[in-house]
Amino acid sequence: MTNASSEEQSTVVGSALHLPVLGRLGGTVLDIVVGGLARLVDVPMRTLQRLIGERRMAYVFLLPNFAFFSLFVFAPLVINVVFSVTGGEALFLSDRPYVGAGQYRYLFDCGSYLDPASCREDHFWRGVANTLRFTAFQLVAMVAFSLTTAVVLNMRIRARGFFRAVYFFPVLLSPVVVALVWKWILQRDGLLNAGLTTLGGHKILYFVDPGWAMFWSVFVSVWAHMGFYTLILLAGLQAIPADLYEAAQMDATPRWRVFRRITLPLLWPSLVVVIVLALIRGVQTFDEVFVLTGGGPGTSTLMIVQYIYETAFASQVQNFGLAAAASVALGVVLFVLTLLQLAATRRRSAS
Amino acid sequence: MMRRTRWSPTLALLAGSLVAAFGGGAPVTWGADAQTTLRMTWYSDGNEGEVIADLLKRFEESNKDIHVALDQVPFKAINETLPVQLASGQGPDIARVGDMGGLARYMLDLRPYLKDAAYWEANYGPFLQWMRVPGDTTSIPGFMTQLTITGPFVNKTLFEQAGVTMPGAKATWEDWASATKEVAAKVQVPFPIAFDRSGHRFFGLAISQGATVFNPKGEPAVVDDGFRRAAQLIYDWHNGGVMSKELWGVVAGAAYRGANEEFKNAQVVMYESGSWQIGQFDKTIGTDFDWVAVPTPCGPANCSGMPGGAALVGIKSTKHPAEVARVLDYLASEDVVAEFYARSLFVPGHIGLARRGLDYKGASPAAKAALKVFSDSVAQLAPAANQLQGYPASRVIFNAVISRIGQAVSGEIALDEAYKRIASDVAQQIAERGK
Repeated sequence: MTNASSEEQSTVVGSALHLPVLGRLGGTVLDIVVGGLARLVDVPMRTLQRLIGERRMAYVFLLPNFAFFSLFVFAPLVINVVFSVTGGEALFLSDRPYVGAGQYRYLFDCGSYLDPASCREDHFWRGVANTLRFTAFQLVAMVAFSLTTAVVLNMRIRARGFFRAVYFFPVLLSPVVVALVWKWILQRDGLLNAGLTTLGGHKILYFVDPGWAMFWSVFVSVWAHMGFYTLILLAGLQAIPADLYEAAQMDATPRWRVFRRITLPLLWPSLVVVIVLALIRGVQTFDEVFVLTGGGPGTSTLMIVQYIYETAFASQVQNFGLAAAASVALGVVLFVLTLLQLAATRRRSAS
Repeated sequence: MMRRTRWSPTLALLAGSLVAAFGGGAPVTWGADAQTTLRMTWYSDGNEGEVIADLLKRFEESNKDIHVALDQVPFKAINETLPVQLASGQGPDIARVGDMGGLARYMLDLRPYLKDAAYWEANYGPFLQWMRVPGDTTSIPGFMTQLTITGPFVNKTLFEQAGVTMPGAKATWEDWASATKEVAAKVQVPFPIAFDRSGHRFFGLAISQGATVFNPKGEPAVVDDGFRRAAQLIYDWHNGGVMSKELWGVVAGAAYRGANEEFKNAQVVMYESGSWQIGQFDKTIGTDFDWVAVPTPCGPANCSGMPGGAALVGIKSTKHPAEVARVLDYLASEDVVAEFYARSLFVPGHIGLARRGLDYKGASPAAKAALKVFSDSVAQLAPAANQLQGYPASRVIFNAVISRIGQAVSGEIALDEAYKRIASDVAQQIAERGK
């Protein structure tokens, strides 16, 4: 190190600077700075450890991150709950009157929870019903397509790398871009209708028919995100030991049986991750569907998050209290869903 | 040879950045010349963004102490983002707004700072009430950058190609519906009539059918016989092929949906929109086909459209009210505002100019004729139309109507159910505002 320094000095004096020397010089300076800082922190940390004990030091290290989470996650959560028991259109809490459970009473005032039309705030319940429908369809389609794709991409096929990249590419796009591209394809004079009319068919108004609108919402969502889930499953497939398949091959086990008895059970942890993530994504869906269908026709693709956004921001009387109450309700549903999901996973793992 | 670093410009730049970063909206001072920076939030329907930028440049040349930073945003941001900004006290110094009544409480009363408040009263007086909070009869928050009137644009070429005679003045909505349907069938276009998915457009029709919107006490009483007649027409036109569900039926909530593109592509026979479209149609349609603006069709009650517009207003939270007033005084002065209206092809929201008439020098004959039709229709406005435009919670009514009629059009709910929901939506939101 000392020798190198003398070399560096002579080079610098000669004013012929070149990068390796600069790099080493920078490294040395960095070593000194970091080392100095470490020594500076070391003394108080050792003292603290002596005072509170080694095991409690873990909490000290967790504290900065916890403070960060509290500020940006827990505090907004609490503020949201407080907003949900207030009314009016003011933004600052100090200007908002306390209304108790008024917003919740309004949201949950229903003749029958299975019939949104019987509810006082029918848009909220239509959003709930649509979100559940969308999530169910999307979950099934996402798991089926990403699993099939992962299994195929795990085989020794030609241009495997190319296909993996192609399937992953849509994940890199912004949801708004994805929705706009598909909107251009699906609109009255879009690519799809141009193709249909060229083949002698009639134009289909995809965004006017509720069934088609929901179908394309699910399709676009699966198209855009399938690559991500495929990647998770592909990693899971590659982690399955090859000798298990070799043994099955030697026993002349049929392919379907191999898939059922070896692939699926060993892939289960990855599948659970995919199911949980797809479920959460389904419930959170907003941007893609909002840009693609605007929640229509009527309210047939209005998702719960769009309802919350419009109640809080798009209406003239910005009803932050009602939107906050709907957010809390959504949070509770998500929490319950997650608990159910976890319970199911544990039971499966135990069995 | 080694380059010597010149530290003085770097340090000056650093100091400048620090002042800019920590100074916020405060005036930035460079030596002896103190300059105040004002932020103006602006949206455009056509070319008026370029025109205002040009006018502001001229203002700054003769007012070196003021710099106006023009933030051009989409109309959606004006309706959804700006109100939240204003509620949090973080808004701009000046903003161009459409929902005047809804944002009135954030507006600055310019009177103490104006050179000649009487000029403003005399020329912008009738519209100032749209920008005032209920009970206030004296404040001057800003001026109308455009007065808009709803009304129909017609593709004259399609009528000629179909060999159908265009209904004349005082024709009814039903006359137009049957004529446009005949044209569309003959020339194979998908939209006989297209209405923007907008509360203003709906109430243009509803008031002509006799809707009064308010009870004698001035409280909203939205669903009456006139309203029902208009809603039934919209509903029947959708089911009868006069209107396509692609505008009113396809989106949820209060989302605006226009048919500009469809009209420009000659797919619409009659397009019920508003005077602000003239500038862009003049520019984009050019000689592709002949288009005309026609007087608003009549209903059993009258031939009224709906007034509207956009105002440029000062914002109460500004730290520079005097400078804001100077900018607005300049832009609202007769010569400057006349140039603005003339270059943007807008109906003037200035009484003196409206009386004298404007010379739209750069406009085509079609645009000039359309401006004349819309300007003349100001005299046809029914009292209910003006009352609704001036009502501070008008957007509550507009949003409820679009949302619920849209659901009925898409077949999700029955019209009677829509009427009940409109009444309850309006009542709920107004009660929420009252808390």
